Amino acid sequence: MFGFISRRLVMALVVMVVVALISFLLFRFVGDPVNQMVGIETTPEQREALRERLGLNDPIIVQFVRFIMGAMQFDFGNSYQFKQPVADLIGKRLPATLELSLVSAIFALVVGVPMGVYTGLNRHSPLSKFFLSVSLIGVSLPTFFIGILLIFVFSVTLQWLPSFGRGEVVEIGSWWTTGFLTLSGLKALILPAITLGLFQMTLIMRLIRAEMLEVIRTDYIKFARARGLPNRSINFIHALKNTMVPVITITGLQLGSIIAFAIITETVFQWPGMGLLFLQAVQNVDIPIMAAYLMLTAFIFVVINLAVDILYFVIDPRLRTERSGL
Amino acid sequence: MTDQTLNTGEEKAKGRIARILDSDIFHSFIKSKVTVLAAIVTLVFMLTALLAPWIAPHNPFDLAQISILDARVPPVGMEWSDPRFLLGTDDQGRDMLSGIMYGMRISLAVGFLSVGFAAVLGIFLGLVSGYVGGRTDAIIMRIAEIQLTFPAILIALLIDGVANGIVGNLDREKWAIWILTFSIGLSFWVQYARTVRGSTMVEKNKEYVQAARVIGIPSFIIMIRHVLPNVMGPVLVIATINLALAIITEATLSFLGVGVPATQPSLGTLIRIGNDFLFSGEWWIAIFPGLALAILVLAVNLLGDWLRDALNPKLR
Repeated sequence: MFGFISRRLVMALVVMVVVALISFLLFRFVGDPVNQMVGIETTPEQREALRERLGLNDPIIVQFVRFIMGAMQFDFGNSYQFKQPVADLIGKRLPATLELSLVSAIFALVVGVPMGVYTGLNRHSPLSKFFLSVSLIGVSLPTFFIGILLIFVFSVTLQWLPSFGRGEVVEIGSWWTTGFLTLSGLKALILPAITLGLFQMTLIMRLIRAEMLEVIRTDYIKFARARGLPNRSINFIHALKNTMVPVITITGLQLGSIIAFAIITETVFQWPGMGLLFLQAVQNVDIPIMAAYLMLTAFIFVVINLAVDILYFVIDPRLRTERSGL
Repeated sequence: MTDQTLNTGEEKAKGRIARILDSDIFHSFIKSKVTVLAAIVTLVFMLTALLAPWIAPHNPFDLAQISILDARVPPVGMEWSDPRFLLGTDDQGRDMLSGIMYGMRISLAVGFLSVGFAAVLGIFLGLVSGYVGGRTDAIIMRIAEIQLTFPAILIALLIDGVANGIVGNLDREKWAIWILTFSIGLSFWVQYARTVRGSTMVEKNKEYVQAARVIGIPSFIIMIRHVLPNVMGPVLVIATINLALAIITEATLSFLGVGVPATQPSLGTLIRIGNDFLFSGEWWIAIFPGLALAILVLAVNLLGDWLRDALNPKLR
């Protein structure tokens, strides 16, 4: 187990270095950082002085090491468009994105797992067929169009739920803001969370269904039935437990995509998260924000991947013995 | 194939059609009503897109034909509608139906081009990786693994942003479609490469490849002419499913405002324009292009699902 995890750690480190290199190259070579920071009336001498002060004349390796050092303290300089430190900008918006992602991941799991178990056990029931058709449509509708449809039905026509923003937020400590504690904050969460979680929900449902179909045919389930165990304990304890390894892999990886897909949902609902910030940065070629966002999401993805790898050992005891020698 | 080689050309051609009609794949196609329907829908959409300049009732790009007085006309069946505009008009008086036809053209073109680009790149890297092996293989597969850590949409968004930064604002419009194709293609190659690499590693140890190598055919020719045809089956399935994904990705990027420019609206651009009018009651400007997009993607997805099952020998 230790060997396996440490190999994974090395891979994670490689990913981070590669992403850092890409971010650095972006920062250094897409457009001239000095041109982005100064106005037209700046003299060439002033530009050269700024260039020297920023260390852009140093050898590339030195600059890269400095960039990594800065990145470790989350120092990416100032945004070109806002003229503020990137760390502050992203820090202010991080809570919004994390809360949205968390709620939609929970939604996807809480709805997707029971639906998957049901459709796996009752293969031919009309309700299963209905769930499956809905899931196919869910996969085919682009996220942003689902959001638009939800807004059209629940905000424009029925006027039940707000269509944009986070509602009222409460500050916790000096830097975290939450929408969980106010009614308008919770109402504002519903539509974006469903939009963001729907794709993951259908994916989890299909996955669990496929796994359940395989597991309920195995001998140990037949034996459990023969022993006369109650159906509920067979289905949910013995069968579901054994579908969990692939489910955790995919769900873990999907958590990463939720954060990436939040870019789209945040745009549709004007949710003030870091995805919206990143999108504005892409449109305005604001490289420091792009680089910082890239590093941050890469870090989150890598941590999630590692957590998934470690969870394998917790869930599947076979892996502990088989791989311990490696 | 081999027992037919003695026949004349004509018989061969007739035999081919008969063979297609008699094949397992055709039978499973005809048997599944949903698949036939999906194929028809896809075909109709493609033909509409291809023939848009000739069959569309209006030309949404011809300034002489559009009038601001026709702006925001609701679709036929609603109050204040106009029989000239079946699905209504947008904020500038452009016919929605024609707009969707032209938009479909761009969506499908970008979809096909980027899938083609991804496939060629992925197949090439997969072939080289599987056939050459060793360090080349390790490097290509590590790059693929790193890229797989990130969702495709994020990579496409990033490449698009960077490319636009390099091209600069002035040429942005001219290059937009190519940048879009490039960025979507580059975010989808991994799947092809991994699949092709796997099958290449199996094929490379078979006798026909060894025989070709013994008689001194260069590696490159062996890869292209002998290995490639034998690893194409799964590629076709991936390409079909990826076409749906690529169309969604293009629509998403255009919706986010980083895709094609407003002068050449794709379906995603049309939805973005319509989104601004959702609250003032002009729902058709966003909903109709969205439905067209959803139906197209659904049909292509269904075809892909069927193809995957039909080509999978385990399920026969």
